[in-house]
Amino acid sequence: MIPAKFDYIKVGSVSEAINMLEKHGDEAKILAGGHSLIPAMKLRLSRPEMLIDISGISGMDTISEDDDEIVVGANCTHSAIASSELVNSQLNILAQTAKCIGDIQVRNRGTIGGSLAHADPASDYPATILACDAKIEVEGKSGKRTIDATDFFLGIFTTALTEDELITAIRFPKVVNGSYHKFFQSASRFAVVGVAAVKEGDSVKVGVTGVSGTPYRATAVENAYDGTSSAASHAVDDVDVMSDHFAGEEYRSHLAKVMVKKALEA
Amino acid sequence: METFIGKPIKRREDARFLKGAGKYTDDIKLPKMTQAAFVRSPYAHAKINSIDTSEAEKADGVVAVYTAKDGCGEYGVPCGWQVDFKNGDTMREPKHPLLASNKIRHLGEAVAIVVAETLEQARDAVELVVVDYEDLPAVTCPKKAMEAGAPKVHDEWDDNAAFDWCIGNDRAEVEAALASAHHVTEMVYRNQRLAPNAIEPRSYIADYDVNGDKWTLYTSTQNPHLIRLLLCAFVLGIPEHKVRVVSYDVGGGFGSKVYHYTEEALLTWISKEIGRPVKWTSDRSEAFLTDAHGRDHHVKSKMGFDKDGKIVAHLTDEFCAMGAYLSTFAPAVPTYLHGTLFQGVYTTPLIHLNVTAPFTHTVCVDAYRGAGRPEATYLLERIISKAAKEMDMDPAEIRFKNFITPFNGTTEPGYQTQVALQYDSGNYEGVLKRGLEMLGYEDFRKEQEEARKNGKLLGVGISTYIEGCGIAPSAVVGSLGARAGLFEVGHVRVQPTGKVQVLTGSHSHGQGHETVFAQFVADKLGIPMDDIQIEHGDTDQVAFGMGTYGSRSLAVGGSAIVKSVEKVLEKGAKIAAHKLEAAEGDLEYAEGKWTVKGTDKSISFGDVSLTAYVPHDYPEGLEPGLDFSSFYDPTNFTYPFGTHIAVVEVCPDTGKVDLQRFVACDDVGNVMNPMIVDGQIHGGVVQGIGQALLEEVVYDEGGQMISGSYMDYAMPRADDVPSIETDRTVTPCPHNPLGVKGAGEAGAIGSTPAVVSAVVDALAHLGVADIQMPLTPQRVWKAMQN
Amino acid sequence: MNITVTINGEEHSHDVEPRISLAQYLRETLDLTGTHIGCDTSGCGACTVTVDGAAAKACTLLAVQVDGCEVTTIEGMAQNGQMHPIQEAFKENHGLQCGFCTPGMVMTAVDILKNNPNPSEEEIRHGLEGNFCRCTGYHNIVKSIQHAAEKING
Repeated sequence: MIPAKFDYIKVGSVSEAINMLEKHGDEAKILAGGHSLIPAMKLRLSRPEMLIDISGISGMDTISEDDDEIVVGANCTHSAIASSELVNSQLNILAQTAKCIGDIQVRNRGTIGGSLAHADPASDYPATILACDAKIEVEGKSGKRTIDATDFFLGIFTTALTEDELITAIRFPKVVNGSYHKFFQSASRFAVVGVAAVKEGDSVKVGVTGVSGTPYRATAVENAYDGTSSAASHAVDDVDVMSDHFAGEEYRSHLAKVMVKKALEA
Repeated sequence: METFIGKPIKRREDARFLKGAGKYTDDIKLPKMTQAAFVRSPYAHAKINSIDTSEAEKADGVVAVYTAKDGCGEYGVPCGWQVDFKNGDTMREPKHPLLASNKIRHLGEAVAIVVAETLEQARDAVELVVVDYEDLPAVTCPKKAMEAGAPKVHDEWDDNAAFDWCIGNDRAEVEAALASAHHVTEMVYRNQRLAPNAIEPRSYIADYDVNGDKWTLYTSTQNPHLIRLLLCAFVLGIPEHKVRVVSYDVGGGFGSKVYHYTEEALLTWISKEIGRPVKWTSDRSEAFLTDAHGRDHHVKSKMGFDKDGKIVAHLTDEFCAMGAYLSTFAPAVPTYLHGTLFQGVYTTPLIHLNVTAPFTHTVCVDAYRGAGRPEATYLLERIISKAAKEMDMDPAEIRFKNFITPFNGTTEPGYQTQVALQYDSGNYEGVLKRGLEMLGYEDFRKEQEEARKNGKLLGVGISTYIEGCGIAPSAVVGSLGARAGLFEVGHVRVQPTGKVQVLTGSHSHGQGHETVFAQFVADKLGIPMDDIQIEHGDTDQVAFGMGTYGSRSLAVGGSAIVKSVEKVLEKGAKIAAHKLEAAEGDLEYAEGKWTVKGTDKSISFGDVSLTAYVPHDYPEGLEPGLDFSSFYDPTNFTYPFGTHIAVVEVCPDTGKVDLQRFVACDDVGNVMNPMIVDGQIHGGVVQGIGQALLEEVVYDEGGQMISGSYMDYAMPRADDVPSIETDRTVTPCPHNPLGVKGAGEAGAIGSTPAVVSAVVDALAHLGVADIQMPLTPQRVWKAMQN
Repeated sequence: MNITVTINGEEHSHDVEPRISLAQYLRETLDLTGTHIGCDTSGCGACTVTVDGAAAKACTLLAVQVDGCEVTTIEGMAQNGQMHPIQEAFKENHGLQCGFCTPGMVMTAVDILKNNPNPSEEEIRHGLEGNFCRCTGYHNIVKSIQHAAEKING
């Protein structure tokens, strides 16, 4: 399998990346880990004419503490996140999530920024990003801005990023009581259903991936939460549930409730 | 003196594989080699209105573009087995073209081929070929293919049947027995379509040497000689003595690399056209679309029992997909490799199987690990387990009641089945007893009862299989429609220094021939293994061969080698007698030397070898040399058997199956290398588990494949399966010199029904009687809801 | 585009087309054909190598992405003609049959054992989730890695 021809540039700074994005418009794609993009290009389902490799931008692969927040650089690999002491101690739910992604080799190369920008409806991070109320820091030709998790995912492979923007970091609040629960698709190992829950006092925030074309906050569950897991029955209230040969609508809806229940009980 | 038979000798082939020095076809680069890529149909059934290759021909680096109109259109690949209709009509055998000309009959069928200097250029140019298709309705299900009004795969016939077939006792007699049976168990299900998925994709390089007027085809095949024969005599009509087929290391086959594929012939033809070598390596998407698939039987079955649980009759009707054309062995798979196993290990007195084999708008179906026998075993073992539940009997008990009693095939005769075959030797109760013991069956049942009280869903499934392998006596298969013999060739070439080269027509693609064959040759000759080299996979080196499939390498190929070794020793004895000035009858051969009995006068194998090639002082009238080739044609199939037992826990919330234990007690006859036999069983078992729980090729109504990548086709990964607990009983095969039966397919044959029965057992108290494979969480959960 | 990569300890510089994968580069430009391509889309793991010490699927990395990196392939595992303990363990435990997935299995095992010198059976099985083997049923691969861990830990 060979991708269609393209040009490649490895940029050294965010501004350089933005300039290239601006110059090439929708013919360009950002290359982060490449683990979603390159297979799609090989199958010629995606055929960008310019790849902008951002892996060399310094400072984008660090994980740091900023008061009550943990800032994860967009170029952090899933394995860096999974093994980070800071993440494991202050934001354990994110380490749990990262450990569920792909396999060793994929985790060594795939990045959180790349995964979020790709917005595969069965990817894992969105559930956790949503449940944590994380903020996505992006930069484009008109400067920096921060997008709330709930505003970021717009649909299947669609995000709030404009054509000239890239993700630079994700800012998480520290989370004491959070967990991620995934039901694996048996072939791809993506999430049929992935549920992240963050508990704070009497309330809970629940993010769900895999169930709908757009990952969502299960507000119906959150509203009905009474400290028990009974609110799980609201997991797919008002949700347009996806269907495929591994999980039809009925089964996927059921799984969503099961996984939300697990998350609420954790 | 060190002996090797029966010992876990480490494999000699491993060093090269572990160092990355294996030589797979795609690793080969030839000077001036071109690269090919195919234009393949995005439709399952379509009319081709036009093909425009003009832009592609002009593209960078393109050497040539061919369609069926360019001279290769006249050729088609043949089918190697003829199964005629029950009424005597001849099997319908459509032309299987190298490139489709005016009609597409399956998704991914090749329409054109682009040959370019580099693979990148070939792939780019493929996109420039413009094909005007007219999409037509398709039928992918073999049962629907036989319904009135179904879209036809081949217009020349009235319906889609390639043939129909039956075996066993008179149908009316079987039906009458069922009508009067105390209890009848029924099953209706689909033995789903599978993709073999050898991890090495198919790869071919054809190289025509204009000066020598000779072709070399490097191919990832399981049987190079058969490919040469088919290619020369049945496809291109080129002289067989001018064609060399080479198959060095092959990255797994499982049946899918047995067949002669259109791409092999097309590349061979193109190489002469362009006067340069041409390579094509399948990518994984093409592999899903074009490698022959396995299984795809739609089954309706009834088994009748008397009040004691003894089977009185068995009647089954099946629709078995052939795909768009007839692949090399396809007609044999749901018939002679399937119906002949319907006796199983039981004394069933009346059996009838009726098969209808339609064409479908899918890629061809052919033998895949087990080939017809997993489908037979699945049916028998599931229906007996289901019957046990219905009759409130233990699944082990019902089996013990129905087993054929042990027989060794030498002092006790073989067992004549109702379905043509005569089993060689067997002790079926022996493997079940041992299997139950390995599991701790009684204790498990107690544990299961306790677990159920706590809401845990534990289940156990038993399968006691038999398979017919070591295929096969040529006269028998010939009478059953095979168009080739199924002997094997073994050539033992003793060199003047006493070193031995063994050339075999069997082909190793993971089975370890280089080690195992050397083990028994070393023992028979009494020389070190290091003095023996095993060669295979090159038609210029090995006189002939029928290749490796049907667990036949050791039973048939090994036996041919033994015959040649015996000839070597026979001639060697004449030379030794001459040198020792003794009568041949006074000699004995042991530990690599001939000794005059009762004396210390002896001569070594090495000295005799040297004498054979430096025959200065030599028996009168004896030819020099020590070099023998033998053809071995077995007198019967071999019949390995065994018991597989699975233990599962089902998640009550999600339906996900957790396979907790897998116990296998197999009897493959004598064992040359227990390490390798265990390895074969492990691998087979996990493939069988894959069928039970994960794998399924899914075509939608229009013939699009929705499981055409590793994102959608689930196969067992390391964390899907437990370690496999293995043990053996040994019932030697009475009719081949090594007493071996074969182990390559056993695992895949026995394991699938054990896993499914275990899941059904876990859910039995919820009223679940059967679940369609693969037992995905969704299917299991739905079964629990009903 | 010109790249310089250290492969098995040796520096290589080549002009490569950006669309060439690391797997293709190794196989076709450097004749390091021990890195196998089974699916070409990161599903099967046969092409696993290590890049700067971490296992990666060479089919899903562009050669240009590893410019300046250190890559180890299966051919770089044996030292002075002596197989690496992981390779030895695969031979001792019959951890391979057809050999096609084997280089990827060995290179993945390097990563598993680097991060977890004493893995349990479950951890090994989990660690191998990105590598298909169709021959061995994984049984002896798992045993091989357990055995390699023992050897390496002395």
